[in-house]
Amino acid sequence: MTTMSDPQQGSFRLSMLLNDTRYRSYTFQFIALILLIALMAFLGINLVRNLAEAGLNISYGFLNVPAGYDINQSLIDYNSQSSNLRAAMVGIINTLLVAFLACITATILGVIAGVARLSKNWLVSKLMSVYVEIFRNIPVLIWILMIYTLMTAVLPAPNQFRGDNATSSMLFDAFAFTNRGIYIPAPVWGPGSMIVVATFILSIVATIIYRRYAVSLLFRTGKLLPMGWPTIAILLVPSILIFFIMGSPIALDYPELKGFNFRGGLQIGAPLIALWLALSVYTGAFIAENVRAGIQAISKGQTEAASSLGLRPKRVMNLVVLPQALRVIIPPLISQYLNITKNSSLAIAVGYADITATLGGITLNQTGRAIECVLLLMLFYLTISLSISAIMNVYNNSVSLKER
Amino acid sequence: MSDTHAASVPYVRDTMLPQNAPPSTAQGPVKWVRESLFSSIPYTILTLAALYVIYLILSGFLPWLLGGVWTTSNIRECREVLDGAQAGCFSVLTERWNQLLFGIAYPQDGYWRPTAAFVLLFVAVAPVLFGNLPRWLILFTVLYPFIAFWLIWGGSLFVPLSALLAALIGYVIYSRIVKKSFAGAFFAGLLAGGVAWVVFSFITPQLSGVLALEPVASRNMGGFMLNMILGVICVSLSLPLGILLALGRQSSLPIIKLICVVFIEFIRGVPLITLLFVANVVLAYFLPPGTNFDLILRVIIMITMFASAYIAEVIRGGLAALPRGQYEAADSLGLDYAQAMRLIILPQALKISIPGIVNVAVGLFKDTTLVSIISMFDLVGMIRGPILASTDWNGVYWELWGFAALLFFVVCYGISQYSQWLERQLQTDHH
Amino acid sequence: MNKSVFFGALTVAGLAAGAAAASTLDDVKARGKLNCGVTTGLAGFAAPNANGEWEGFDVAVCRAVAAAVLGDPNAVEFVPTTGKTRFTALASGEIDFLARNTTWTFSRDVDLKFDFIGVNYYDGQGFMVPKELGVSSAKDLDGATVCIQTGTTTELNLADFFRNNNISYEPVPVETNAEGQQQYLAGACDTYTTDASGLAATRATFENPGEHIILPEIISKEPLGPLVRHGDNDWGDVTRWVLYALIAAEELGVTSANVEEMTTNTTNPEVARLLGTEGTLGEMLGLEADFAKKAIASQGNYGEIFAKNIGEETPIGLARGLNAQWTDGGLMYAPPFR
Repeated sequence: MTTMSDPQQGSFRLSMLLNDTRYRSYTFQFIALILLIALMAFLGINLVRNLAEAGLNISYGFLNVPAGYDINQSLIDYNSQSSNLRAAMVGIINTLLVAFLACITATILGVIAGVARLSKNWLVSKLMSVYVEIFRNIPVLIWILMIYTLMTAVLPAPNQFRGDNATSSMLFDAFAFTNRGIYIPAPVWGPGSMIVVATFILSIVATIIYRRYAVSLLFRTGKLLPMGWPTIAILLVPSILIFFIMGSPIALDYPELKGFNFRGGLQIGAPLIALWLALSVYTGAFIAENVRAGIQAISKGQTEAASSLGLRPKRVMNLVVLPQALRVIIPPLISQYLNITKNSSLAIAVGYADITATLGGITLNQTGRAIECVLLLMLFYLTISLSISAIMNVYNNSVSLKER
Repeated sequence: MSDTHAASVPYVRDTMLPQNAPPSTAQGPVKWVRESLFSSIPYTILTLAALYVIYLILSGFLPWLLGGVWTTSNIRECREVLDGAQAGCFSVLTERWNQLLFGIAYPQDGYWRPTAAFVLLFVAVAPVLFGNLPRWLILFTVLYPFIAFWLIWGGSLFVPLSALLAALIGYVIYSRIVKKSFAGAFFAGLLAGGVAWVVFSFITPQLSGVLALEPVASRNMGGFMLNMILGVICVSLSLPLGILLALGRQSSLPIIKLICVVFIEFIRGVPLITLLFVANVVLAYFLPPGTNFDLILRVIIMITMFASAYIAEVIRGGLAALPRGQYEAADSLGLDYAQAMRLIILPQALKISIPGIVNVAVGLFKDTTLVSIISMFDLVGMIRGPILASTDWNGVYWELWGFAALLFFVVCYGISQYSQWLERQLQTDHH
Repeated sequence: MNKSVFFGALTVAGLAAGAAAASTLDDVKARGKLNCGVTTGLAGFAAPNANGEWEGFDVAVCRAVAAAVLGDPNAVEFVPTTGKTRFTALASGEIDFLARNTTWTFSRDVDLKFDFIGVNYYDGQGFMVPKELGVSSAKDLDGATVCIQTGTTTELNLADFFRNNNISYEPVPVETNAEGQQQYLAGACDTYTTDASGLAATRATFENPGEHIILPEIISKEPLGPLVRHGDNDWGDVTRWVLYALIAAEELGVTSANVEEMTTNTTNPEVARLLGTEGTLGEMLGLEADFAKKAIASQGNYGEIFAKNIGEETPIGLARGLNAQWTDGGLMYAPPFR
């Protein structure tokens, strides 16, 4: 190969492709590109040949065909005659629902456990380390299955609520804990209820304005307005007044045992609860570690400096330590949220109708469109992950701008 | 000064009193209890609440654990023995012990083989994990994959032996050329090893009966053994792949960088379960017709890809954490890229990354339970499938799940404790 | 230029591989093992016993095919598949033969490109409820919670049944029969629905089978049969006629006990053709002349297999019903061996 060109004639020799750093990078990239194209071609040709051999084709027409199956938990209108696309939409919404719920509870749990682990109370801090270690070191799938078993095998079946000698009873006659899910009263929006809701939203806005005003007053004049009770008062009093003035337009629909199941109220299915709880406690343990690391990353001098300025311990935490710790905590926190979203795909193990269970499960089974379904499934998760990553990058940039 | 005061002070102590012991409430256990448990009213409430929680857990758990039945052969017998008492039927563990550990299809007289491989695993990883052991032990680590393969999969000893020989030939070639050019040596070594392997593969079938253990097909692996196999193989394979990906992502060559970034972001963006779906239901369409990959092999490929993307990100963090001066120093010495990476950058970057890599490894090991969703009989799959479905043990949940949780906890907690120990070791090295 | 040469090489390699891909029958013979897809565990149909050996009604069909093709009923690799993985496993060539109580439907046959080689069990979807619920008809199940295995035809039938009768229900999807059983026994669903045979098999494993009843309504036709890939007709013929040999053997009175004796001194020409002492039926299939004899000798005839795994003497306790021979008023009808 090297004999192809005459070394005497030009300054460029073929061996320079390997030995000269100016050209070597091109050689390597070219080789990489060729290999990549070859791999793609190999896979592509195989796919085409395999599909042709089996007489199959790639088509997304199945998305518009009626799905034919029913889904037990859906936030949008769905029945067995809806299309597969709609079933996938139900799945997407359910995925987002459980991920959202789990993110909130995992954060709360994680922050409590993380702060408690640094507590001076020996018993509490040890108890929290036990929690963190146990939940971090056992696979989340086992947690999901265990909590689901706990839900179905330990909680009573609805028919145990029945009859005169029922073995179970509802809590306050409003909440029913059964092995099919938890039933809670649902609000019924009567005429005029919108006014109450509007009042409540206005109260929230008013609260925010009041707190802003109080802070700016503090900064300008040093005068400290009370924060706690005015907030609660502004938030609740007008809404409650309007509620009674309008003649109690919002009623509660209590669950009631009718036929085989509880009817009425709001049902939160057992699979949703199992998945939600399991993801929360599992990820909560990881978040606790992040929170602990974040607080420990703030040097003790900061706390001492703040104390020497005369700030009370609560204010030291709120005004000095937490704002700095958050900068350390939030990036790993967001990747934990990402993990929750991805782990929610384990819903398939407990029969919760998330996107993996509808599009990647039942639709795939019933239509046999494996390639298309898995591709769409990956696309969905990829979209979610990339958007969350983008948000994280924006946040990181905004934080790093403030650095000196 | 002393004069003026001498008159006004009637008595001045001129010797020191011996120190008194602190009051009994401010020393020893009492002080500790006061300070760490009852220092204020909220803390006292917290302590009491924590004590109550501990009491609740133990009062439910201990009778169940201690009163358990270990010797019955099915759940009905067990319930008879228990006679309504709230205690565990642990006999499911004794009766199905082998199934839980080795799955349903591994030959019964061969259980010593994976057990031996498991024990040897500790010997093999010890020199890697603990730097103060004699260096010659690392030789055993190199030999271990071949020994473990032979023990677990069986067949003639000559198959792993010839693989070892091929690897040796490749290494010799590599070490001959590496002084001249790393890339050339690397590919030459790979090629020589490959050629040797192909040559040997013509010879080994003739020796298939010699020094042979009963061969076991991959699909007959199951139970906790399958989790261990997947975990160990995938972690060790994903490490070199992760290093390459991390270097590629840091590279200044745009095409290579693009390929690595797309690969890493794609893998990290999708849940492992979708990749397992690909292994299970889609991958076959992308392979030449007639190729018949084992499911376990396809799963290993997918989990390895998954883990390597995460490890690549950890190592990238390690690379980024190195001071710029290290790169510049390597350049100023006139080292080329391969030399600089191999001799200066990677040894330091990998050292910083070890805790992160161990975290990925623990996560990966936990994720091996996901294969139960694609109908493989790993520990979780065994419990969900054959054991809970059998007439004998239908309804025994907590004993089984508790056992599975315990096994994973022991392994994962052990590894993470090691990682924390290592982190402390590394910290003292740096300062 | 480099690239086109490479592509050329690639294409040639691909074509060579295609040409080399032999028929399934040759593959199986060369491998010496039959890869057979079964369920992950359904008592009576396919489940590993305490020693890890697979046994059951579907398993027996696999073993019969292995005995006929390879001469050894144990030369079978059993590949457990779920409702989701079974079709891909077959389509991709991971298994040669799927015997996993799979319902023969139009779309599976035509759209998914499989060939059902026959029916080894005529089934229908039923409901099981606890006796104490006091339900006597599936139409009383308005508002009930129903446990259902996902990825099966039963899921679609269920939706259709409730829609037709204009009553509502709440599905609880489960992945495997074992999970369905757990959920049902824990009372997480009021009723469990699957093929009636599966219900009987499941009920048989309960502690108190008498406390559960199977409702009289059968809401669908479920002809369960083994299947192979579409397009390889030779392999389809082999498996089809092994299955029919088992069915015909029962009709002709050939059992595993008397098959040797029948071979030597039968006077019935059809029995002689079946057992390979007369004619060249085996050769036409590309098998030994006594392929059917080996299958019958190892597993027994259809009736024996039925009785041994799921018949009335077993805990499953299924009556022959539709699955009796046509001479006894059932639907089992083997075409003539001629």
